[in-house]
Amino acid sequence: MEKNRNNERLDRTILRTSTNYLLPLLILFSIFLLIRGHYLSGGGFVGGLVASIAFVLHSFAYSPYQTVKMFAIKPFFVIPTGLIICFLSGLLPVLLGYPFMSVVWFADSVVVIGALGSALIFDIGVYMVVIGVVLTILFTISENT
Amino acid sequence: MLLPIILIFLLAFGLLLLKPQKILSFFKFLWVLPLLLVFYFSGYLPSVYEGSQVVFFRNSWIPSLGISLDFKLDGLSMLFSLMITGIGTLIYLYAAQYLKRDANLHRFFSYLTMFMGAMLGLVLSDNLITLFIFWELTSISSFFLIGFNTTQEESRKSALWALSITGLGGFLLLAAFVLIGTVAGTYSINQLLTQSDVLVNNSFYYIIIFLLFGGAFTKSAQFPFHFWLPGAMKAPTPVSAYLHSATMVKAGIYLLARFSPILGGDVVWNYTLMIVGALTMVMGAVLSVFYKDMKGLLAYSTISALGIIVFLLGVGTEAAIYAACTFILVHALYKASLFLITGIVDHQTHTRDLSILRGLRKIMPLVAVAGFIAALSSGGIPLTFGFLSKELIYGVTTDFMFTQESIVLLTGAALITNVFLTASGFLAGIRPFFGKLPERFQSVQKPHFLLWFPPVLLSVFTVLFGVFPVLPNTLFLKASVRSVLGKLPEMYLSLWHGFNTVLLLSAITIVVGTALYFSIKPSEKGEKSLEIIRRFAPQRFIAATTQAIKRFAFKYTRFFHNGYLRIYIMFIILFFMGIVGYKLFADVPLRVNTEGLSEFRIYEFLVFVITIIAIYFITTTTSRLTSIAALGVIGYSICLIFVFYGAPDLAMTQFAIDTLTVVLFVLVLFKLPPFLRFTNPKIQFIDGVIAVAFGILIALITLQALVSPSDQSVSKFYADNAYKLAKGKNVVNVILVDYRGFDTFIETIVLAIAAIGVYSILKYKTKDGEKSE
Repeated sequence: MEKNRNNERLDRTILRTSTNYLLPLLILFSIFLLIRGHYLSGGGFVGGLVASIAFVLHSFAYSPYQTVKMFAIKPFFVIPTGLIICFLSGLLPVLLGYPFMSVVWFADSVVVIGALGSALIFDIGVYMVVIGVVLTILFTISENT
Repeated sequence: MLLPIILIFLLAFGLLLLKPQKILSFFKFLWVLPLLLVFYFSGYLPSVYEGSQVVFFRNSWIPSLGISLDFKLDGLSMLFSLMITGIGTLIYLYAAQYLKRDANLHRFFSYLTMFMGAMLGLVLSDNLITLFIFWELTSISSFFLIGFNTTQEESRKSALWALSITGLGGFLLLAAFVLIGTVAGTYSINQLLTQSDVLVNNSFYYIIIFLLFGGAFTKSAQFPFHFWLPGAMKAPTPVSAYLHSATMVKAGIYLLARFSPILGGDVVWNYTLMIVGALTMVMGAVLSVFYKDMKGLLAYSTISALGIIVFLLGVGTEAAIYAACTFILVHALYKASLFLITGIVDHQTHTRDLSILRGLRKIMPLVAVAGFIAALSSGGIPLTFGFLSKELIYGVTTDFMFTQESIVLLTGAALITNVFLTASGFLAGIRPFFGKLPERFQSVQKPHFLLWFPPVLLSVFTVLFGVFPVLPNTLFLKASVRSVLGKLPEMYLSLWHGFNTVLLLSAITIVVGTALYFSIKPSEKGEKSLEIIRRFAPQRFIAATTQAIKRFAFKYTRFFHNGYLRIYIMFIILFFMGIVGYKLFADVPLRVNTEGLSEFRIYEFLVFVITIIAIYFITTTTSRLTSIAALGVIGYSICLIFVFYGAPDLAMTQFAIDTLTVVLFVLVLFKLPPFLRFTNPKIQFIDGVIAVAFGILIALITLQALVSPSDQSVSKFYADNAYKLAKGKNVVNVILVDYRGFDTFIETIVLAIAAIGVYSILKYKTKDGEKSE
């Protein structure tokens, strides 16, 4: 990512400092959107988009290379992981004897979050796929153009 | 029954993973699999014996669509299953030796296993849709088998021909099955047997049978679809042996036989099959003797044999069905044998040219005996199985139920066919082994045991069944005739019918056929003379059509995909305007009710002004960045409108998407060369007109939608039930993750595919060094 050297002349101190605070906040917000999706506006798709924007912001402040380094795995591999989670959430009811992709609810509701169902697991899968897809596309393009 | 078939397919995929060099001996023992299946099916022989019982294996699959994995073992499927697995065992045995040195042996056995599984599924399925799936699987796996020598262009081309023709037939067949299912209300073959009247008296009947014929004729290489079969000769010889004797091409025959009791009995059904079958059998037989390539000759004699069976199914009398079932078995035995022998000759001498092959009996006496017996059987000489079936065929054509003229015509056709088949059988089975051994073959090696054993075993059966006709009769034939006819036949095979017309015809066939054999000298000239016929062959027509389609596609692509994004978008918008505008102005009276609209609020007005300004910037700016920023502004304005009108979910999504789009554009445009101006006032004017017209159209549609009464029941259902059933207050999200969760899941997969697409396209370019810095 040496290409960005000429950009280093730009002083990005303010952007970097604010990003350091904004990134966790935005991620938290995206998770908030993800979890509350069942009752209020939000959900896996929007949550994923917001999280992606947070990472894109980070990549602007630093570089895509450093953003990817924050991930334990490449964004590309987040996609299949998310898909598998989606699929497993659909499979879970089958194990309990319901049709594929029907939603099962856990008996006890959790504090703050409320009732938990396999729909949330599904939403988490969507969330991950969206992040993976957006970051893969953006970073691939930014690396190659 | 489901379990063995699944295991076969699993094994087929497992084989792909093997490294053939390391475990060559493993492939030598793979024949155990089909042999086990032979025993498995034989275990059901007593139940199916004389058709006393039909064995069912029921497995539900998609009950709501009437699709199941039901399998049915009756006489007909038993006959085919045993042929597939029995001859399959020999093919496995033979191929392990024949292709020993091939580096892709594991792939070969994988395809072969897949093919065998598909064939078994095809003949056993009781459900039309399942049957169709297996039908297509045979096409695909045979495509792999025919094109196995991937390095030869001819081989790939033949495979493609076979796939196109049989694939086309598959389409027709699917249409036929769907129509049958719709008319009769069931996809179960067993239930269809009782619905025969409904189907035959339906107005769709003729469409159904012609679609069905399309499927069967393409698969079974009937005229005019026969030409893919000789091309399929490019396959390794064990494959040809399998495809031609027991499997692939017999699938169409199986289909016709299976549907005879359901759709048969009508004049059109009978006459079509008789005419097509008769044409095919005469043509194939006559052409076969002109070939000096053994495989080419055998291909045409297969076409002829298939014609005979179709012809017999067309006649449809008890005797004809009996003859057809017998001939299926007879042909499988002698044709497999002849092909395997051809393979041996080819493998040892590296030629299949009948004009030079001579005297090989000195090197391979047992193979010569097998060839001799197979030739005799194909010529219908007494004491072979072929004699019995030939008697039956003549018995059918001389039947008194026909008029005098048609007896003469049909018997004539059968006579010509049999005479030429006798000659071509002799050419393939006897010619290479008799006479003086030429100098060049003196040093030919003896074939391996695994090579000569299968044809010898087949000839043992040919003689056994020929001498003791009671064996095939009780074991297979009675039961399979019962499956087609619906009742047990009164007939039985016998060696001696007394002196009658049939015997006289048999004698004439043998004498004339033998005379023909001695008068034919296979030569270059013979094959060349066929070129004249080829000029009028159907594949010329099809090739011309293909060319025309290619040219059209080229022109079409040049016109629509000219590489300018603005032209693409223009086409899309114009097309949309065309169809929507037509619908809007032609069908419904345009009503715009301005009174129902609410007041224009001040913040709405502000958004409106901002949008107009942004549009002005987009259309006039010369900087990319400005236009992108302005586009972003428009996107955000739309978000605001969503917020005003109570769609927070939409607004949030739009907001995020819009941000990302701008980022994406910036990333892409950042590195693009400087702005190129393609426009001039004329183009700008045209674009402006289109844009304004499109905007007006959309506005009109929106206003129209406001006054049209809309169906509220769907949204009411979701609003009422979202919390009750899915415990969610956010209806949008409940629909996404619960009611239509499957859609979301598949859309997620689409997203993933898009990402993979972007990733691979860009990465691919970098690897190729096409990247422009």
